[in-house]
Amino acid sequence: MKFMDEYRDAELAQKFAREIHRITTRHWKIMEVCGGQTHAIVKFGIDELLPKQIELIHGPGCPVCVTPLEVIDQALEIAARPEVIFTSFGDMLRVPGSTTDLLSVKAKGGDVRIVYSPLDAVKIAELNPAREVVFFGVGFETTAPATAMAVYQAAQKKLNNFSMLISHVLVPPAIEALMSSPNCQVQAFLAAGHVCTVMGYEEYFPLVEKYRVPIVVTGFEPLDILHGVLLTVQQLESGRAEVENQYARAVTRAGNQPAQDLIKKVFKVVPRKWRGVGEIAQSGLGLADAFAAFDAAKKFGLADRHVDEPAECMAGLILQGLKKPHECPAFGRKCTPEHPLGATMVSSEGACAAYYRYRRHDAAEKAVVK
Amino acid sequence: MNTSNFSAACPIPISQYPHVLMAHGGGGTLMHRLLEDVFGKAFSNPILDTRHDSAQFTVPPGRLAMTTDSYVVRPIFFPGGDIGSMAIHGTVNDLAMSGARPLYLSCGFIIEEGLPMETLWRVVCSMRDTAKKCGVQIVTGDTKVVDKGKGDGLFINTTGLGVIEHAQTISPQSVQPGDAILVSGDLGRHGMAIMAVREGLEFESTIESDSAPVHEAVLKLLEADVEIHCLRDLTRGGLASALNEIAEAAGMKIAVEQKLIPVQEQVHAACEMLGLDPLHVANEGRFVAFIPAKDEARALQILRGVGVSAHAALIGKVVEKAAPLVTLKSELGVSRILDMPSGEQLPRIC
Amino acid sequence: MCLAIPGKVLSISGDDPLTRMGKIDFSGVVKEASLAYVPEVNIGDYVIVHVGFALSKVDEDEAQKVFGYLKQIGELDELKEPSP
Repeated sequence: MKFMDEYRDAELAQKFAREIHRITTRHWKIMEVCGGQTHAIVKFGIDELLPKQIELIHGPGCPVCVTPLEVIDQALEIAARPEVIFTSFGDMLRVPGSTTDLLSVKAKGGDVRIVYSPLDAVKIAELNPAREVVFFGVGFETTAPATAMAVYQAAQKKLNNFSMLISHVLVPPAIEALMSSPNCQVQAFLAAGHVCTVMGYEEYFPLVEKYRVPIVVTGFEPLDILHGVLLTVQQLESGRAEVENQYARAVTRAGNQPAQDLIKKVFKVVPRKWRGVGEIAQSGLGLADAFAAFDAAKKFGLADRHVDEPAECMAGLILQGLKKPHECPAFGRKCTPEHPLGATMVSSEGACAAYYRYRRHDAAEKAVVK
Repeated sequence: MNTSNFSAACPIPISQYPHVLMAHGGGGTLMHRLLEDVFGKAFSNPILDTRHDSAQFTVPPGRLAMTTDSYVVRPIFFPGGDIGSMAIHGTVNDLAMSGARPLYLSCGFIIEEGLPMETLWRVVCSMRDTAKKCGVQIVTGDTKVVDKGKGDGLFINTTGLGVIEHAQTISPQSVQPGDAILVSGDLGRHGMAIMAVREGLEFESTIESDSAPVHEAVLKLLEADVEIHCLRDLTRGGLASALNEIAEAAGMKIAVEQKLIPVQEQVHAACEMLGLDPLHVANEGRFVAFIPAKDEARALQILRGVGVSAHAALIGKVVEKAAPLVTLKSELGVSRILDMPSGEQLPRIC
Repeated sequence: MCLAIPGKVLSISGDDPLTRMGKIDFSGVVKEASLAYVPEVNIGDYVIVHVGFALSKVDEDEAQKVFGYLKQIGELDELKEPSP
């Protein structure tokens, strides 16, 4: 696949790795924000190509993982209603709420359907006028343009049987929350490349100013991540703190204007609770008042609620990069992908799930940098 | 083939009932007509034609292999096959995994009331043609009809009997450290062919299911006296599932390499698009073989000489007797665990 | 997060910019995606697609720069290695 496979070249990856080895003189802690980057790192073994002094800390960039228990419970309640066709991305189906998950609701007779795009949910609403169609809108800024368009088109078509349960989260507030925490050990960030295709990287300049940390917008293929790490280490080693764009083939500084415009029209910034981390101010998107008719929580009269996380779960510490998955006593025992206790084990992007799937045995052979 | 071509080539024998009715499973006249005009006519062979409650036949002395499978695939017709051809291939392949020559099949049908008779007839004709190509006979069967809403169209169960003409012990227990692991062809086609026509996720492609019989390839290996330690056909859960099952049953550590595992470009692209791993995706005409190193080259050569395994490849080896583990060397040369997939393969956005 | 992959625009349909759709080719797999957010895109361009929406056009010059940069590093490597 063009613009993808060539970024997986083993020899070129080794070249990047050698250069990183050459210039690294000290211990550095770099956080990759996005779950997709975590997944690539563990799947390809990118971190094993890096010098031991570079520690990659896996960030909270998994919108599936950070969807609060309360919102999942709301989704389950709506999905169980007989008049509802509940549509969702595949990721959310296995995520457990307080007592059950969407797959189980489906098994009990709930009409739960996987869709590829939010526009598919709008189509389903048009084809089923007698049913209530609800779409589970999760994701970062990357997904917001898609859900915004779905709501916008539903409004244009005057559909009264379509609504969305929205739980979008924003990246820069999360980075700021991490940086402002007194325990924060992160010295640089690999920013989420696809979030930035939408939002650009204007928002990172104030963060770099305030916290003096390098932020490098990075893609998702092995060469992208290695390139991003190299640019970051170059900055760290020379004492610089700047915003750089590694993923320039897809990201511009201003980002995607039409997408940002529709997001501003359809959504408004709201406080959002991040599972495992807690509430972060101004870190979520909810429906703007003009589109309140499409808010599923309002439409189905679902009250706000509060649910406690299981006590043993240290997802919060892991999401902040303060602990590694194998340092959790529940890891691999009480908590596995089949029965996850918390955010970071629920989806394959979560740090705990990635470690469990790919790294739980030390028997995996180490690569040698030639 | 499309519906209008098929109807012309293979006219439906009981056209006065466009849909299957409860009465067709009721034991009376309608059922008799269904059995005679549809199943009996299509699958006709001397054993089936006796119309006895059980099939009687003589088998050569020695070991037999037996297997059973049920097929519930949706949609019933998919690129490269249908539930019927899949049923025949699947059972033939399970027998082939013991190195058996497949001989006789039984077919049980559970039909949902309201299934178009045309659909049933298309599936039955497909099974007739597939059985003929595989050199097997359908010698006995059963038919039930369930109420509308209780059956999802059509379920098929097949049980197969084959004869073992070799003296090898093909099983996970025979696997040895140093064994070469061969795969008979490219992966992920069946699962992605189904995904391509699955409601909500449809995409255009020329991916066709790899549903095919593999017994000829296995029998050729045995004929040439290639030593075979273990065989496993790849179905749901893909390569990852099969390797993990064998590692566990054999108590071995297994290592395979990503760059050696053949995956077609379109399958790779479709998996990237939906966030799936080709090594977890279902196959229906592929198997892995554990062959001692000394026979590895010969085995590959023989496999590549048979159509269904023309693209057979060496993908890894059995490392040592150890706590069961399957590792995969990534494209970058770094090893990590190749885990058992959990449950249904769900597309992701994340 | 944000599984998005590059594909080639094969055809474009729709006059209204907001409902403009394109058939996108991913190495032989074709799926429709909304082009509402990439009004500048033409047939033959590559786009990054996430959940049925093209979010940006691939800048082919920038795409090459990673390899150009690697080549530079490689040349430095060769200069440093002693000749055999």
